[in-house]
Amino acid sequence: MDLLVIVVVLLVVVALVAAPLRRRSTAVEEDAARAELEAARDAKYREIRDAELDHRTGKLSEADWRRMDRALRAEAVEILQRLDELNGSGTSTAAG
Amino acid sequence: MLVAGQGCLILALGVCLYGIGASLYGVRTGRREWVASGRRAVYGLAGTAAVAFVILEAAFLRSDFSFALVTSHSSTTTPTFYRATAVWSSQEGSLLLWLLLLSLWSSLILFATRRRLREIAPYATAVLLGLGAFFAALLVFLESPFDRTIGPLPAEGVGLNPLLRHPSMMIHPPMLYSGYTLFAVPFAFAVGALVARRLNADWIRSTRPFTLGAWFFLGVGIVLGARWSYSELGWGGYWAWDPVENASLMPWLTGTAFLHSVMIQEKRGMLKVWNVSLVLATGVLAILGTFLVRSGILDSIHAFGASTLGVPFLALIAVMIAGSVFLVASRAGELRSAHRLDSLLSREAIFLLNNLVLVLLCVAIWWGTFFPLIAEAFTGRRASIGPPWFDRFTVPLTLVLVLLSGIGPLIAWRRATAANLRRNFLAPIGVGASALVVALLLGAGSQPDALVMFVLAGFVVGGMSQELVRGVRARRVMAREPVPLAVVSLVRRNRRRYGGYTVHVGMALLFVGIAASSSFADERDVELVPGRSATVGGYEIEYVRPTAELVAAPNGRLERIDFGAQLRVSKDGSVTTMRTERSFFPSAGPMLGPVSRFFEGEATSEVALDAGLREDVWASVAPDTRRLALRIEEGDRVFSEADDAGALPARERDVLLAEALRGLVRSYTDNPPPATFRLLVSPMVTWIWIGAIVVFLGALIALWPSPRTVGRRVTAAYTARVGREARVPA
Repeated sequence: MDLLVIVVVLLVVVALVAAPLRRRSTAVEEDAARAELEAARDAKYREIRDAELDHRTGKLSEADWRRMDRALRAEAVEILQRLDELNGSGTSTAAG
Repeated sequence: MLVAGQGCLILALGVCLYGIGASLYGVRTGRREWVASGRRAVYGLAGTAAVAFVILEAAFLRSDFSFALVTSHSSTTTPTFYRATAVWSSQEGSLLLWLLLLSLWSSLILFATRRRLREIAPYATAVLLGLGAFFAALLVFLESPFDRTIGPLPAEGVGLNPLLRHPSMMIHPPMLYSGYTLFAVPFAFAVGALVARRLNADWIRSTRPFTLGAWFFLGVGIVLGARWSYSELGWGGYWAWDPVENASLMPWLTGTAFLHSVMIQEKRGMLKVWNVSLVLATGVLAILGTFLVRSGILDSIHAFGASTLGVPFLALIAVMIAGSVFLVASRAGELRSAHRLDSLLSREAIFLLNNLVLVLLCVAIWWGTFFPLIAEAFTGRRASIGPPWFDRFTVPLTLVLVLLSGIGPLIAWRRATAANLRRNFLAPIGVGASALVVALLLGAGSQPDALVMFVLAGFVVGGMSQELVRGVRARRVMAREPVPLAVVSLVRRNRRRYGGYTVHVGMALLFVGIAASSSFADERDVELVPGRSATVGGYEIEYVRPTAELVAAPNGRLERIDFGAQLRVSKDGSVTTMRTERSFFPSAGPMLGPVSRFFEGEATSEVALDAGLREDVWASVAPDTRRLALRIEEGDRVFSEADDAGALPARERDVLLAEALRGLVRSYTDNPPPATFRLLVSPMVTWIWIGAIVVFLGALIALWPSPRTVGRRVTAAYTARVGREARVPA
């Protein structure tokens, strides 16, 4: 029984770690890049909202908030452009 | 199943070593399939550790005494719940739990980041598997939980240490270990970011839930330990500056500092060196915490040499510190801040000050914890540092910390103007002043430290309430929602901010409880006979009658003997009855007689506690069993003679022994000796637990994932799209 448990666990672990070595996929690479950009976009949106709330509750002066907001929005636009390029619709969306 | 368990541990070690190699080879050569294989090795580690843990758990549940660990840490009289949790009462079991939790959390973060942080994650995988390999190697070569019992199988085990038979004590270790192992995640990603030279805030954002989770679990573990100390140890306190307590507090403090300072890196690109140093230090302190508990070094520096774990742990800590220092020093150029501090009157400066205070607290506690060992190493004599030493440093630093926790959320970023200060601070200062008046009217003026704490807590609660009100107003202006909906929307969409504010309120309540209970408690140790009473904190507490009981386990075997007291507590015409006990558990010592072994083993206290929002009435009893000594000796002699003569069949012997013990119990209640009581009336202790619950609620709010703001393709201009998707005006 002990040996059976060890053999089963060993086979499962070997199958698990060996699976990626048997296949290579470029789709995985694209998925990874998209996921990274989407995470960056969501983080940027959070920063924009956060700065807005800071401004409205008196922790950011009007001038600082406007400067920060402009910079954050520009960064968000850049991320969106890169996302759309990845999705193959970059130029048309930007113009639209 | 001993062989299967040991086999799983060897497999776990093997899979760790393979995963380290695969991850590093993959990232160095750019072959992503090897990186994926390395990541899957972490899942494999989780699987093998889980199977080993289940095998051990099953052995404890079915009292399989062929496992040496089950024999030494459980028994058939141990209740099922405690048998299930006795696994981590042992060194070997707790190391296995550490490995299991580390592998589970590592699997979770690596699965979550499988498509992100591609340059960093493989190095982080190698670090996490390196830690896994360390613990797996300890389990395989030094502290195996799957050792076989030597000699014939015993009919009964030694049993779980009675002090640990408390629900919070059984949940406490998994909470602490979850905290320690979760702190390994940001540590590993910080190392990965440094090695890969990807030092922006991406890795911080991805690991933030794990850092907060570590902070949450470690905090829960610390509070559960305090609660156990208060209700089980019979001394009346909840914190004793014990080295094990300190070991868990230190990484929690640096983790708290990191959670604050990281906001400055995200907002202003500042403090990169400080942040990465803090998270590396927290990772090292988490391992140090495990080392302090497991090496035996806490008892004496000489125990370090005797322990099998001291040298390996010290080697690991040395490697972690040396590696961290090298990485930070060699990446100094990339870690340079993007901005400088604009003003000392700014949120950045307050956060920095808050960090300094937290780190100073950690340093003071570290020195107080290690000073006895350092002194022993140099002088050969053991010096001791008690709570007054710790209080001298921690009380003023904590007061400053509470003040900063009130100022931080109110003050402006970059530079606070006079208008900003007026607008944000007037109302909270008013609440603090009101708290001062109320505290003085209630007679708190005699204790300046406590008085200052009450004022500061009022300031914090006032400030956080003001922030909520202003946030709701802003939300209503933007979304035109009714107040209740605006509150929910505001918190839901800004979980991190309002979760943090809730944590600050909870900490203020918790510190109010600590300040009140430590400054205004009334405590007396008295010796009473039935019918006599003592007055404590305005309560009259009468020792009504003694109680004594033989308590059997579910399988019918005698588990313990309880000697206790029934107390009548009265104040202003209101009367309540309370009961406190001292439980005596039998020792397994082979040299002890059949009767005396019940009085020579471990004993635990069941305290009498009448808890309330205003104050707790707390009592524990230390029964005087010396009068029973002659009868115990006589019982031992009679049974020894009968055993020597072989005159009594086992069953008959058990019946007679039970009768003898019943006689002992009767003699205690019929002719009760004086009993020593510790009586304590302590104000606002309940607020410590309420404050802790509020803190953890706040942490859960901050931990809960934010709703996705984007889920659709947009065809409008990017700027309008940002405004729409971020839900703020463009």
